[in-house]
Amino acid sequence: MAKRSVPEINAGSTADIAFLLLIFFLVTTTMDVDTGITRKLPPPVEDNDEQADVKDRNVLKILVNSHDMLLVDGKPGNVSTLKDKAKDFMTVHFNNDQYPEVKEIVIEELGDKKIWVSKGIISLKNDRGTSYKMYINVQNELARAFNEMKEEASTEYYGVKYTQLVDDAKVKVINKIVPVRISEAEPEDRGGGL
Amino acid sequence: MSRFKTKKGKGSPAINTSSLPDIIFMLLFFFMMTTTMREVTVMVKQDMPGATEVQKLQRKSLVSYIYIGTPKDSKLGTTARIQLNDVFANVDDIPSFIVSEREARDEADRTFLTTSLKVDGKTTMGIVSDIKQELRKSGAFKINYSTKKLRDMVDR
Repeated sequence: MAKRSVPEINAGSTADIAFLLLIFFLVTTTMDVDTGITRKLPPPVEDNDEQADVKDRNVLKILVNSHDMLLVDGKPGNVSTLKDKAKDFMTVHFNNDQYPEVKEIVIEELGDKKIWVSKGIISLKNDRGTSYKMYINVQNELARAFNEMKEEASTEYYGVKYTQLVDDAKVKVINKIVPVRISEAEPEDRGGGL
Repeated sequence: MSRFKTKKGKGSPAINTSSLPDIIFMLLFFFMMTTTMREVTVMVKQDMPGATEVQKLQRKSLVSYIYIGTPKDSKLGTTARIQLNDVFANVDDIPSFIVSEREARDEADRTFLTTSLKVDGKTTMGIVSDIKQELRKSGAFKINYSTKKLRDMVDR
């Protein structure tokens, strides 16, 4: 008797099965990349009296009211000029009362190099009626100011753009030289918003 | 035996399709790797503002989302609402939401948990501030304001 061979399984439908799976995954999944502005919230303060005393000249006050209008350091401001103003404020100015105090920090990674940094803080306060869009615009402009300063510091000390720094230690050094100092005050309800 | 000769060789030969499943499987695996599952059905309007200084959200498995906006269904009102997972929620529900999100993650990863705020551009800051206060109280300090990426502010 001749040896009976095992009949081959028909694999013609494998493609159809794979197609079904493929279409299922195409429908149920998304490919969108989430982008956004990352911020770190401060830990809650137990006591309001405990708030740190900061000298007036060290703070750039930015207020956004419920009509989405800006008040920068007591004067009406504009989003388009905000970046330059913030950058100018955070740059080191020696012996000038109009600008924040400066302090010297030592960067060990750069061979104990001494660098002057500004003690300035940007204080952002918004009303409950401020639109989210305006708030993001302001946050974006402030982020732009800091990013530009980081870029400048990076090209000065490492000769490459901040975004092209691959070494984590170098990124940390730049963040030490240009700390993102944005402080957000507790919100206030003045404009009768929601 | 040549009597049984078939009519082979007359028409064009059939294309070999035995590698088709492999190709399709490759595509399937590509899509499985690059995409993420849609977890919730968003029930609020989401027209997010644009920004230029955006960062990509790293490690999506460590991100919890809070959706804020006016309901898509106008029967549910015209004021901004908060959506957690698949339900509308109040500001008071945020701490328990954060706790459950934390519980769902690996213990070593819990400190890296980011909260992504997906807020409609027309929303007022009041509700966003309330949420931020709750997040501060719950210890979820890392937040991300979800925005569209613009190349230039001229696009605005």
